[in-house]
Amino acid sequence: MSHLVAEMSAKALKLRIPLSVQLDLTYRCNERCVHCYLDHHDHGEMTTAEIKDLLEQMAEAGVFYLTISGGEILMRRDFFEILEYARELTFCIKLKTNGILIRKKEADHIKALGVESVQISIYSHLPEVHDAITKLPGSLAQSIEAVRRLRAHGIHVVMANVLMTRNAHDYAGVRALAAELGAQFILDPTVTPMMDGDRSILSLNVDENALREVFQNEALVDGNVEEFCAPPQGPDEDALDMLPCSAGHTACYVSPYGDVYPCVQFPLPSGNVRQTKFADIWRDSPQLKEVRSITLRDMPSCSKCAHGGTCTRCPGLAFLEGNMRGPSTQDCEKSFARTGIPSVNLMSKKSAVAGLVQIQGARAMATAASA
Amino acid sequence: MSEKCYVARSTKIAARMMGDEMMIMLTPDSTLFTLNEVASAIFNAADGMTPLDVIVAERVCGEFDVELEVALKDAEHVVKELAGHGVLLVSDKPITQPRAFAQVAG
Repeated sequence: MSHLVAEMSAKALKLRIPLSVQLDLTYRCNERCVHCYLDHHDHGEMTTAEIKDLLEQMAEAGVFYLTISGGEILMRRDFFEILEYARELTFCIKLKTNGILIRKKEADHIKALGVESVQISIYSHLPEVHDAITKLPGSLAQSIEAVRRLRAHGIHVVMANVLMTRNAHDYAGVRALAAELGAQFILDPTVTPMMDGDRSILSLNVDENALREVFQNEALVDGNVEEFCAPPQGPDEDALDMLPCSAGHTACYVSPYGDVYPCVQFPLPSGNVRQTKFADIWRDSPQLKEVRSITLRDMPSCSKCAHGGTCTRCPGLAFLEGNMRGPSTQDCEKSFARTGIPSVNLMSKKSAVAGLVQIQGARAMATAASA
Repeated sequence: MSEKCYVARSTKIAARMMGDEMMIMLTPDSTLFTLNEVASAIFNAADGMTPLDVIVAERVCGEFDVELEVALKDAEHVVKELAGHGVLLVSDKPITQPRAFAQVAG
């Protein structure tokens, strides 16, 4: 993060400005990715007029970074009308799309509107792997074509690779493909639960060995691998007063139905813009106020954990696990894979499992004795 | 600069007021700038149709305690710098853009 960006973020935090918002225009999609956390049915998306009104409210509230995502954003016929209006309101816009519906005309339009970046999900450089994940034959070829079109216009393209069991060995190939196409490469090693709380897709997450391989890969780590993977020192006094992340502090999420959450990964209903003005929700929502009140010091397990000061703990994942002040086991697993040191949470789970094994052992012995 | 100088905000920028400062990003390369209160007033008034000396007289001297001659000299310096980065467009004729940005909110 540049000095100026850090300065602006600190100022936004001080002034309670929602600097960044992700707005999902739709949950409808032309792909059916195996790891997707969304319900793709339309349950009453905001109209064009509602979205334009919301954009005005967000500009007035001080939103600068606007991520427009979905679902597939180009499934909305009014997508360019919304994008044009958002640019007239001088938002800094990042688009998230699979790129399949970006042909020459769309690429021209995106270029003309001065979008800051376009993020396209590429799961593998191998069509058989990528297309099996999206469940759409030919999707890799179409997404790559979109990357080429956008890059030909000089647009900053980010190729996002979500790591999961099915593509665990392909990130080097995707990274090489990104380099060839002149795109930025980012790797996300976490499959998250569905927004309705269904955790079945977590089985797609890679194991500890695959995570360790990623964290120890010099090409992927921004900085020194040894420092990155060094054993944690435990949180100091400053770290205990640290805020978990920007969710609810300088950032929030708005669903296609107008629901406001602290973050797309933190589905705590905090208000709905169809009933309440965006600025009023941002300022007065009891849920957002509660999120803002939490520091590391308030987290019973994490405040005592050696990883407390360096963990990437996601409060949204902790919330989906049942307690927004609790640990996020997926992040505990990442910290363990990175450093080899188990978190307090993992150790307590381990001792609980050990207890169960002892009971099983006792029962087995009793069964053996009676036989 | 010429006697009549017109300035317009580029359409390749993102901008928002944050407190008394303006955050501006040049979208083609993601370069970030911040403008102080006076520069923000000039930037916000840069509609392509109002001459710079009028902007300075109305938006700077009208709002801040500064003499016109000094303010105009400073404004010309700021405008030149921002134009160099592509944040503002400068011309000796009124500038009409296909989609001129509205005044920046926030």
